[in-house]
Amino acid sequence: MSEDLSNVPKPDELMRIDHKPPRKGWMDVPVDFKPGTYSYTAKAKNLKILGMPNPREWSPTDEDWKLPENWEEIVREGFKDRLDKYRSFQLFMDICVRCGACADKCHFFIGSGDPKNMPVLRAELMRSVYRKEFTTSGKIFGKLAGARELTVDVIKEWFYYFYQCTECRRCSVFCPYGIDTAEITMMGRELLHLLGCGINWAMEPVANCFRTGNHLGIQPHGFKDTLEFFADDIEDLTGIKINVPLNKKGAEILFVVPSGDYFGDPGTYTCMGYMMLFHELGLNYTWSTYASEGGNFGLFTSHEMIKRLNAKIYAEAKRLGVKWILGGECGHMWRVMHQYMDTMNGPADFLEVPTSPITGTRFENAKSTKMVHITEFTSDLMKHNKLRLDPGRNDNLIVTYHDSCNPARAMGLIEEPRYVIRNVCNHFHEMPENTIKEQTFCCGGGAGLGNDENMEMRLRGGFPRGNAVRYVQEKYGVNRLACVCAIDRATLVPVCDYWAPGVAVTGVHEMVANALLMKGEKERTTNLRGEPLPGKEEVEDE
Amino acid sequence: MGLWFSLFTVVILVLLVFMGVGVVGLNSLFGILIPYAALLIFLVGVVYRVGKWTKAPVPFRIPTTCGQQKSHPWIKANNFESPSNTFGVLVRMALEVLLFRSLFRNTRAELRADGPRVVYGGTKWLWLAGLAFHWSFLLILIRHLRFFTEPIPFFVNLVASMDGLFEIGVPTLYVTDIIILLAVTYLFLRRVVIPQIRYISLAADYFPLFLILGVALSGVLMRHFYKVDIYKVKELATGLFSFHPLVPEGIGLAFYIHLFLVSTLLAYFPFSKLMHMGGVFLSPTRNLANNNRMRRHVNPWNYPVKVHTYEEYEDEFREKMKAVGLPVEKE
Amino acid sequence: MNNRIIIIAGLIIFLCLITFPIWYNVVGGKAAYAPELKIVSEEKQCVESTKYMRAKHMQLLNDWRNSVVREDKRTYTALDGKKYDMSLSNTCLKCHSNKADFCDKCHNYVEVTPTCWNCHVAPEGNKL
Repeated sequence: MSEDLSNVPKPDELMRIDHKPPRKGWMDVPVDFKPGTYSYTAKAKNLKILGMPNPREWSPTDEDWKLPENWEEIVREGFKDRLDKYRSFQLFMDICVRCGACADKCHFFIGSGDPKNMPVLRAELMRSVYRKEFTTSGKIFGKLAGARELTVDVIKEWFYYFYQCTECRRCSVFCPYGIDTAEITMMGRELLHLLGCGINWAMEPVANCFRTGNHLGIQPHGFKDTLEFFADDIEDLTGIKINVPLNKKGAEILFVVPSGDYFGDPGTYTCMGYMMLFHELGLNYTWSTYASEGGNFGLFTSHEMIKRLNAKIYAEAKRLGVKWILGGECGHMWRVMHQYMDTMNGPADFLEVPTSPITGTRFENAKSTKMVHITEFTSDLMKHNKLRLDPGRNDNLIVTYHDSCNPARAMGLIEEPRYVIRNVCNHFHEMPENTIKEQTFCCGGGAGLGNDENMEMRLRGGFPRGNAVRYVQEKYGVNRLACVCAIDRATLVPVCDYWAPGVAVTGVHEMVANALLMKGEKERTTNLRGEPLPGKEEVEDE
Repeated sequence: MGLWFSLFTVVILVLLVFMGVGVVGLNSLFGILIPYAALLIFLVGVVYRVGKWTKAPVPFRIPTTCGQQKSHPWIKANNFESPSNTFGVLVRMALEVLLFRSLFRNTRAELRADGPRVVYGGTKWLWLAGLAFHWSFLLILIRHLRFFTEPIPFFVNLVASMDGLFEIGVPTLYVTDIIILLAVTYLFLRRVVIPQIRYISLAADYFPLFLILGVALSGVLMRHFYKVDIYKVKELATGLFSFHPLVPEGIGLAFYIHLFLVSTLLAYFPFSKLMHMGGVFLSPTRNLANNNRMRRHVNPWNYPVKVHTYEEYEDEFREKMKAVGLPVEKE
Repeated sequence: MNNRIIIIAGLIIFLCLITFPIWYNVVGGKAAYAPELKIVSEEKQCVESTKYMRAKHMQLLNDWRNSVVREDKRTYTALDGKKYDMSLSNTCLKCHSNKADFCDKCHNYVEVTPTCWNCHVAPEGNKL
């Protein structure tokens, strides 16, 4: 993806910020929709496809947001309903002591200095209304008890700040009570959706996904074309013709990826990586044009929408009669697959406990959900020496690894991708410990915020990550940032271009495919990207 | 605003005792009725609040994982930061409740103009002060059992003698008294001094701090400076707890101030953020195992939703699918 | 997952712990027991007033000890000008000869453990 960074001020100018809050109390500071820091609103047509309330054309900068007439009642009842349904929500409204440990853990606060980006204040935006509407002390003492009236300005503030949170959960690692701002942001967004206030960069993918099976709206024939085009590229590179099993009944494994992987560079190289690996293994698997999206922007919309979009995964597995499901490299997709899918759309009793046909390993950790992460699968192959690899082919890469938020903090997938990376490249360096593993920083563009109009805010949010990348770039000469997330592969590109120019972004399985010695392949002179392989530079010059 | 209001309120509370006990002589009101009422509000309130949380279901299993999951046998899983079984959850919760594990992780991010760059430093002060405060509070509470029970259980003397190990002064200075005063003062000062924390602080944050400071100060003062007759204090306390209330004459005003502030704290507790004491046990991001793909979690209110079925999908795209040779269900 | 039973159990445990003084006193059967205090004395007036002694006898004794043991000063001048020999055994115990009734009853009741008898020999024959 090529993003236009020309409208954004230079880094030292962008970071001329003060983390000291203003003198005025936060309740008295109105929200300011500054261009470059918010996302465009959801188009009416997308809401209509999904049957969501109050579809209309509007802009956050409008004075009148055209809210439903009884909007206060809607919010109040929606609030109450969710307090009764989610212990997390009720609890997180009640027990925060405002110790402030979360304050400087948020990438948006670090990069913007806006006090309402401190997780504690982001939550207080809702708590203040909660106190007024649902607690006695709030009703009696009002502002003194931290309570405030529900007004249109509050709704505007919610919209701005709940779409300035990427639901990355970093704050919840540090909170002494595990208060998770992602939960609060999710509830905030659900309430906003009741009024018809969403962002288009989330709702268009949702609407697409509902109808065509994937966020990008790629139809079945287009999906087939794309994968076959990749197969041609692979043949050019390796001389091997690989086939693309699609909607194949009776396959052993259903393979699901985020659509970003077959849509744009550099995700496409990762997609080719999967295809080459499976071909080499002779895996009996299939893609699906219907379940052509593992990602789930429903997660950035509402719990109901997660379920509506996720239902197709098990449905398709059942229709095709596969034994188990394998999932590609994607961050938020794995939050859904790991923490929501089985509960929402299970039990998957028509599937079998995933077992690797190559090594015979039973994936006991996925025995109920029956879905395995690709790095769990590949690391198992490597551990059993089932792959012939030449990591030297990646010697032109000095690699660091970005833990994607959801695999790290909602799944605990930490060592598997590292094991894979260490097996396929010789130069691997970790970023500083405060920026990786469970403390990893978001790319700044997750949760539906990775759109161009929000670029300034994305770069601000991407600052802590970009800064850590530049640290290893300067220290070890790192030139490649690996990750297991499709959103990362799109959003970290401008983050690196801006904060650490010269570092490119890669998926893990792109590097696997580069190192993979395939049976009957011709001598490769370049990697998947067409960059000359180490020692083959002269060949390229001829 | 919240700071001054809270301070003012606590001062008023103290003055109330001066008036009520010192001038008007309402000893039974402050010595019997108010403590009983406060205790009742505390007990009923806590049960009500926890009951409300309990009533709300946990629809999804959403632990925040802070370590390696259990996957391959050859990758060392971190069962205390990303527990896959009940034992791991128990250890994780114990570390959280007893040692404030999450707060121990605390860091401080600092923006530097050169670059620009951001650097992170460990900062353990909040963790240390928080831990010192809570543990001191607990030990002080246990020590107080010498006034509440007859005969006095053995562990009370054990705690008290450990607490007064240094045998400084007569009566012996308790270490926890000093620690709690220092810790509360620190917790207050950081609220005032650190701009961000000051910005987020409400009256509901200052009030309990001042109240607890008042309780601790009045306790220390009457132990070491404004002596009260502890023989009579115990008569009053055991009288209360055995439902034979009495107010002996001449206990001393300092005691009534102490008792009234404690009563206020008890009665305020269930309505406030102090309920984090119960809440910390119920947090779904901490008290659930990261075994999502091993054991299915059931959502009690899981309801059917409108989905786009494969049949609807094929109906829309059948011709296009057939044209490129994709298999279809209905020809 | 129904974890309500666990929460309710936890709540009950908490309530039991927090109300420990109530049921302990009720079950212990010594509800509202307070020992009857006897001022066993042969003189009318102690070295200082009763009020002073009740509140500060521990400090007075501590001062006496320091003064005698560390500074070799043995004479105490009371607030009313009278002079006394600073001696637990000879001055205090002369009047308050019944340690069990005079010292221990009260000290035990509020769990005070003075260090007097670490060095001094407790008077015989009046164990509680």
